[in-house]
Amino acid sequence: MIVTALMLSRVRNLFASAILCGIYSLLGATAYVVMDAVDVAFTEAAVGAGLSTVLMLGTLALTTEKEIVTPKEKKLSATFLVIITGSILIYGTLDLPFYGDPTAPVHTYVASHYITNSAQEIGLPNMVTSVLASYRGYDTLGEVFVILTAAVGVISIIGRRGAAAGDREA
Amino acid sequence: MHRKTVLRVVSKFIIPFVLLFGLYVQWHGDFGPGGGFQAGVIFAAGFILYGLIYGVGLVRQVLPARVTRGLLVIGVLLYSFVGIFGILFGGNFLDYNVLAAKPLVGQHIGVLLVELGVGITVAASMITIFCAFAGRSPSRLDKN
Repeated sequence: MIVTALMLSRVRNLFASAILCGIYSLLGATAYVVMDAVDVAFTEAAVGAGLSTVLMLGTLALTTEKEIVTPKEKKLSATFLVIITGSILIYGTLDLPFYGDPTAPVHTYVASHYITNSAQEIGLPNMVTSVLASYRGYDTLGEVFVILTAAVGVISIIGRRGAAAGDREA
Repeated sequence: MHRKTVLRVVSKFIIPFVLLFGLYVQWHGDFGPGGGFQAGVIFAAGFILYGLIYGVGLVRQVLPARVTRGLLVIGVLLYSFVGIFGILFGGNFLDYNVLAAKPLVGQHIGVLLVELGVGITVAASMITIFCAFAGRSPSRLDKN
Protein backbone atom coordinates (compact mmCIF):
# COMPACT_ATOMS: atom_id res chain seq x y z
CA MET A 1 0.00 0.00 0.00
CA ILE A 2 2.83 2.39 0.83
CA VAL A 3 4.54 1.65 -2.48
CA THR A 4 1.29 2.32 -4.33
CA ALA A 5 0.78 5.58 -2.44
CA LEU A 6 4.32 6.74 -3.25
CA MET A 7 3.88 5.82 -6.91
CA LEU A 8 0.58 7.71 -6.94
CA SER A 9 2.31 10.88 -5.81
CA ARG A 10 5.01 10.53 -8.50
CA VAL A 11 2.92 9.51 -11.50
CA ARG A 12 1.90 12.35 -13.84
CA ASN A 13 -0.30 10.34 -16.21
CA LEU A 14 -3.85 10.53 -14.84
CA PHE A 15 -4.87 7.22 -16.43
CA ALA A 16 -2.08 5.48 -14.50
CA SER A 17 -3.03 7.24 -11.28
CA ALA A 18 -6.68 6.20 -11.64
CA ILE A 19 -5.58 2.58 -12.00
CA LEU A 20 -3.19 2.97 -9.05
CA CYS A 21 -6.07 4.30 -6.93
CA GLY A 22 -7.96 1.12 -7.79
CA ILE A 23 -4.99 -1.02 -6.78
CA TYR A 24 -4.71 0.92 -3.53
CA SER A 25 -8.38 0.23 -2.76
CA LEU A 26 -7.96 -3.45 -3.54
CA LEU A 27 -5.00 -3.64 -1.15
CA GLY A 28 -7.10 -1.80 1.42
CA ALA A 29 -9.81 -4.42 0.96
CA THR A 30 -7.33 -7.22 1.64
CA ALA A 31 -6.21 -5.34 4.75
CA TYR A 32 -9.85 -5.32 5.94
CA VAL A 33 -10.07 -9.08 5.31
CA VAL A 34 -6.96 -9.55 7.44
CA MET A 35 -8.72 -7.58 10.20
CA ASP A 36 -11.79 -9.86 9.86
CA ALA A 37 -14.03 -7.04 8.61
CA VAL A 38 -15.44 -8.95 5.66
CA ASP A 39 -18.41 -6.68 5.04
CA VAL A 40 -16.24 -3.58 4.87
CA ALA A 41 -13.75 -5.38 2.64
CA PHE A 42 -16.58 -6.36 0.32
CA THR A 43 -17.76 -2.77 0.03
CA GLU A 44 -14.24 -1.44 -0.46
CA ALA A 45 -13.50 -3.93 -3.21
CA ALA A 46 -16.78 -3.26 -5.02
CA VAL A 47 -16.96 0.51 -4.63
CA GLY A 48 -13.36 1.61 -4.17
CA ALA A 49 -11.57 -0.73 -6.53
CA GLY A 50 -14.37 -1.28 -9.00
CA LEU A 51 -16.85 1.52 -9.46
CA SER A 52 -14.84 4.57 -8.51
CA THR A 53 -12.07 3.50 -10.90
CA VAL A 54 -14.63 3.24 -13.69
CA LEU A 55 -16.06 6.65 -12.79
CA MET A 56 -12.59 8.19 -12.69
CA LEU A 57 -11.84 6.75 -16.12
CA GLY A 58 -15.18 8.12 -17.30
CA THR A 59 -14.16 11.53 -16.00
CA LEU A 60 -10.82 11.21 -17.79
CA ALA A 61 -12.69 10.59 -21.02
CA LEU A 62 -14.34 13.97 -20.47
CA THR A 63 -11.13 15.82 -19.59
CA THR A 64 -7.49 15.13 -20.41
CA GLU A 65 -5.06 12.44 -19.34
CA LYS A 66 -2.13 14.71 -18.51
CA GLU A 67 -1.78 16.43 -15.17
CA ILE A 68 -0.81 20.12 -15.25
CA VAL A 69 2.38 20.43 -13.21
CA THR A 70 2.34 23.22 -10.64
CA PRO A 71 5.29 25.65 -10.79
CA LYS A 72 8.01 25.27 -8.13
CA GLU A 73 7.36 28.46 -6.11
CA LYS A 74 3.77 27.43 -5.40
CA LYS A 75 4.95 24.06 -4.11
CA LEU A 76 6.78 25.45 -1.06
CA SER A 77 3.69 26.80 0.73
CA ALA A 78 1.78 23.65 -0.20
CA THR A 79 4.48 21.43 1.29
CA PHE A 80 4.41 23.54 4.45
CA LEU A 81 0.63 23.10 4.77
CA VAL A 82 0.82 19.36 4.11
CA ILE A 83 3.50 18.89 6.77
CA ILE A 84 1.46 20.83 9.37
CA THR A 85 -1.76 18.92 8.59
CA GLY A 86 0.07 15.59 8.55
CA SER A 87 1.71 16.15 11.91
CA ILE A 88 -1.62 17.21 13.45
CA LEU A 89 -3.22 14.01 12.11
CA ILE A 90 -0.38 11.83 13.41
CA TYR A 91 -0.64 13.60 16.79
CA GLY A 92 -4.34 12.75 16.77
CA THR A 93 -3.69 9.04 16.19
CA LEU A 94 -1.57 8.94 19.36
CA ASP A 95 -4.79 9.20 21.39
CA LEU A 96 -6.48 6.30 19.57
CA PRO A 97 -6.68 2.97 21.39
CA PHE A 98 -4.56 0.12 20.08
CA TYR A 99 -6.13 -2.27 17.54
CA GLY A 100 -8.04 -5.00 19.35
CA ASP A 101 -7.84 -3.26 22.73
CA PRO A 102 -10.78 -4.65 24.75
CA THR A 103 -11.02 -1.50 26.90
CA ALA A 104 -11.42 0.79 23.90
CA PRO A 105 -14.57 2.97 24.06
CA VAL A 106 -16.08 1.15 21.04
CA HIS A 107 -16.07 -2.16 22.85
CA THR A 108 -17.35 -0.93 26.21
CA TYR A 109 -20.52 0.92 25.18
CA VAL A 110 -23.18 -0.80 23.03
CA ALA A 111 -21.07 -3.37 21.21
CA SER A 112 -21.38 -5.96 23.97
CA HIS A 113 -25.15 -5.52 23.94
CA TYR A 114 -25.21 -6.18 20.18
CA ILE A 115 -22.97 -9.23 20.52
CA THR A 116 -24.90 -10.87 23.34
CA ASN A 117 -28.47 -9.92 22.42
CA SER A 118 -28.70 -9.55 18.65
CA ALA A 119 -29.42 -13.25 18.12
CA GLN A 120 -32.50 -13.03 20.37
CA GLU A 121 -33.65 -9.54 19.38
CA ILE A 122 -33.08 -9.59 15.61
CA GLY A 123 -32.47 -13.26 14.85
CA LEU A 124 -30.06 -12.73 11.95
CA PRO A 125 -26.85 -14.75 11.78
CA ASN A 126 -24.89 -11.83 10.31
CA MET A 127 -24.50 -9.35 13.14
CA VAL A 128 -23.25 -6.62 10.82
CA THR A 129 -26.56 -6.67 8.97
CA SER A 130 -28.59 -6.50 12.17
CA VAL A 131 -26.58 -3.52 13.39
CA LEU A 132 -26.67 -1.81 10.02
CA ALA A 133 -30.30 -2.32 9.15
CA SER A 134 -32.03 -2.56 12.51
CA TYR A 135 -30.17 -1.06 15.46
CA ARG A 136 -28.70 1.71 13.33
CA GLY A 137 -31.60 1.98 10.89
CA TYR A 138 -31.68 5.78 11.10
CA ASP A 139 -28.03 6.06 10.08
CA THR A 140 -28.50 3.73 7.13
CA LEU A 141 -31.58 5.66 6.02
CA GLY A 142 -29.44 8.79 6.12
CA GLU A 143 -26.76 7.09 4.04
CA VAL A 144 -29.32 6.10 1.41
CA PHE A 145 -30.47 9.73 1.26
CA VAL A 146 -26.82 10.76 0.81
CA ILE A 147 -26.52 8.41 -2.19
CA LEU A 148 -29.79 9.72 -3.60
CA THR A 149 -28.48 13.27 -3.19
CA ALA A 150 -25.25 12.35 -4.97
CA ALA A 151 -27.15 10.91 -7.93
CA VAL A 152 -29.48 13.92 -8.04
CA GLY A 153 -26.46 16.21 -7.94
CA VAL A 154 -24.82 14.41 -10.86
CA ILE A 155 -28.07 14.50 -12.83
CA SER A 156 -28.55 18.21 -12.24
CA ILE A 157 -24.95 19.14 -13.06
CA ILE A 158 -24.04 16.96 -16.05
CA GLY A 159 -26.86 14.47 -16.44
CA ARG A 160 -29.35 16.53 -18.41
CA ARG A 161 -27.51 16.43 -21.69
CA GLY A 162 -26.41 12.80 -21.23
CA ALA A 163 -29.92 11.70 -20.42
CA ALA A 164 -31.27 13.58 -23.40
CA ALA A 165 -28.70 11.90 -25.64
CA GLY A 166 -29.59 8.51 -24.16
CA ASP A 167 -33.28 9.11 -24.76
CA ARG A 168 -32.60 10.18 -28.31
CA GLU A 169 -30.69 7.04 -29.05
CA ALA A 170 -33.39 4.93 -27.45
CA MET B 1 -14.72 -0.88 -28.43
CA HIS B 2 -17.75 -2.78 -29.73
CA ARG B 3 -15.67 -4.54 -32.38
CA LYS B 4 -13.48 -6.48 -29.92
CA THR B 5 -14.83 -10.01 -30.23
CA VAL B 6 -13.17 -11.40 -27.11
CA LEU B 7 -14.56 -8.65 -24.89
CA ARG B 8 -18.02 -9.04 -26.36
CA VAL B 9 -18.15 -12.81 -25.95
CA VAL B 10 -16.62 -12.86 -22.48
CA SER B 11 -18.79 -10.03 -21.20
CA LYS B 12 -21.91 -11.69 -22.56
CA PHE B 13 -20.85 -14.80 -20.68
CA ILE B 14 -20.17 -13.15 -17.32
CA ILE B 15 -22.82 -10.42 -17.11
CA PRO B 16 -25.62 -12.87 -16.15
CA PHE B 17 -23.39 -14.24 -13.39
CA VAL B 18 -22.59 -10.73 -12.17
CA LEU B 19 -26.29 -9.94 -11.93
CA LEU B 20 -27.02 -13.28 -10.29
CA PHE B 21 -24.23 -12.68 -7.76
CA GLY B 22 -25.67 -9.24 -7.07
CA LEU B 23 -29.06 -10.78 -6.28
CA TYR B 24 -27.39 -13.46 -4.14
CA VAL B 25 -25.58 -10.80 -2.11
CA GLN B 26 -28.84 -8.86 -1.82
CA TRP B 27 -30.92 -11.71 -0.39
CA HIS B 28 -28.12 -13.45 1.46
CA GLY B 29 -26.95 -10.37 3.35
CA ASP B 30 -28.69 -11.65 6.50
CA PHE B 31 -26.55 -14.74 6.61
CA GLY B 32 -23.20 -13.88 5.08
CA PRO B 33 -21.24 -10.77 4.27
CA GLY B 34 -23.09 -8.38 2.03
CA GLY B 35 -26.31 -6.45 1.95
CA GLY B 36 -28.02 -3.73 0.03
CA PHE B 37 -25.03 -1.48 -0.55
CA GLN B 38 -22.76 -4.17 -1.94
CA ALA B 39 -25.53 -5.86 -3.90
CA GLY B 40 -26.57 -2.59 -5.48
CA VAL B 41 -23.02 -1.86 -6.55
CA ILE B 42 -22.49 -5.35 -7.98
CA PHE B 43 -25.80 -5.26 -9.80
CA ALA B 44 -24.94 -1.86 -11.24
CA ALA B 45 -21.49 -3.16 -12.20
CA GLY B 46 -23.14 -5.67 -14.52
CA PHE B 47 -24.93 -2.88 -16.37
CA ILE B 48 -21.82 -0.70 -16.35
CA LEU B 49 -19.75 -3.52 -17.89
CA TYR B 50 -22.38 -3.82 -20.58
CA GLY B 51 -22.30 -0.07 -21.09
CA LEU B 52 -18.51 0.02 -21.32
CA ILE B 53 -18.45 -2.58 -24.06
CA TYR B 54 -21.65 -1.99 -26.03
CA GLY B 55 -22.09 1.72 -25.38
CA VAL B 56 -24.36 3.73 -23.10
CA GLY B 57 -27.10 3.98 -25.69
CA LEU B 58 -27.88 0.28 -25.43
CA VAL B 59 -27.96 0.43 -21.62
CA ARG B 60 -30.40 3.31 -21.91
CA GLN B 61 -32.56 1.14 -24.20
CA VAL B 62 -32.79 -1.48 -21.46
CA LEU B 63 -33.07 1.03 -18.62
CA PRO B 64 -34.26 4.45 -19.82
CA ALA B 65 -33.38 7.49 -17.72
CA ARG B 66 -36.98 7.65 -16.52
CA VAL B 67 -36.74 4.13 -15.07
CA THR B 68 -33.48 4.64 -13.19
CA ARG B 69 -34.69 7.98 -11.85
CA GLY B 70 -37.88 6.33 -10.68
CA LEU B 71 -36.01 3.43 -9.04
CA LEU B 72 -33.73 5.95 -7.33
CA VAL B 73 -36.70 7.41 -5.48
CA ILE B 74 -38.55 4.10 -5.04
CA GLY B 75 -35.67 2.66 -2.99
CA VAL B 76 -35.59 5.59 -0.59
CA LEU B 77 -39.38 5.64 -0.33
CA LEU B 78 -39.48 1.88 0.37
CA TYR B 79 -37.03 2.37 3.23
CA SER B 80 -38.95 5.36 4.59
CA PHE B 81 -42.32 3.66 4.32
CA VAL B 82 -41.06 0.65 6.25
CA GLY B 83 -40.19 3.16 8.96
CA ILE B 84 -43.58 4.87 8.74
CA PHE B 85 -45.39 1.50 8.83
CA GLY B 86 -43.61 0.94 12.12
CA ILE B 87 -45.41 4.04 13.45
CA LEU B 88 -48.75 2.97 11.93
CA PHE B 89 -48.56 -0.43 13.62
CA GLY B 90 -47.98 1.26 16.97
CA GLY B 91 -44.21 1.27 17.29
CA ASN B 92 -41.47 3.82 16.76
CA PHE B 93 -40.11 4.99 13.42
CA LEU B 94 -38.13 2.09 11.87
CA ASP B 95 -39.35 -0.27 14.60
CA TYR B 96 -39.59 -3.64 12.83
CA ASN B 97 -40.87 -5.63 15.80
CA VAL B 98 -44.46 -4.59 15.13
CA LEU B 99 -44.49 -5.48 11.41
CA ALA B 100 -45.53 -9.09 12.09
CA ALA B 101 -47.12 -11.09 14.86
CA LYS B 102 -43.77 -12.24 16.20
CA PRO B 103 -41.02 -9.66 16.78
CA LEU B 104 -38.34 -11.85 15.15
CA VAL B 105 -40.43 -12.34 11.99
CA GLY B 106 -41.10 -8.61 11.93
CA GLN B 107 -37.40 -7.88 12.23
CA HIS B 108 -36.69 -10.25 9.38
CA ILE B 109 -39.28 -8.64 7.10
CA GLY B 110 -38.13 -5.17 8.06
CA VAL B 111 -34.45 -5.85 7.45
CA LEU B 112 -35.18 -7.57 4.14
CA LEU B 113 -37.34 -4.69 2.85
CA VAL B 114 -34.94 -2.04 4.07
CA GLU B 115 -31.98 -3.76 2.42
CA LEU B 116 -34.03 -4.07 -0.77
CA GLY B 117 -34.65 -0.33 -0.67
CA VAL B 118 -30.95 0.32 -0.14
CA GLY B 119 -30.04 -2.00 -3.00
CA ILE B 120 -32.51 -0.42 -5.45
CA THR B 121 -31.36 3.11 -4.68
CA VAL B 122 -27.64 2.25 -4.80
CA ALA B 123 -27.92 0.33 -8.08
CA ALA B 124 -30.04 3.02 -9.71
CA SER B 125 -27.78 5.84 -8.58
CA MET B 126 -24.61 4.06 -9.74
CA ILE B 127 -26.11 3.40 -13.17
CA THR B 128 -27.36 7.00 -13.31
CA ILE B 129 -23.96 8.44 -12.41
CA PHE B 130 -22.14 6.17 -14.87
CA CYS B 131 -24.52 6.99 -17.70
CA ALA B 132 -24.28 10.69 -16.92
CA PHE B 133 -20.47 10.58 -17.13
CA ALA B 134 -20.23 8.25 -20.10
CA GLY B 135 -23.19 9.72 -21.96
CA ARG B 136 -21.47 13.10 -22.16
CA SER B 137 -18.87 11.93 -24.66
CA PRO B 138 -19.90 8.80 -26.52
CA SER B 139 -17.23 9.41 -29.16
CA ARG B 140 -14.32 9.49 -26.71
CA LEU B 141 -15.50 6.39 -24.87
CA ASP B 142 -15.93 4.44 -28.07
CA LYS B 143 -12.42 5.34 -29.16
CA ASN B 144 -10.85 4.00 -25.99
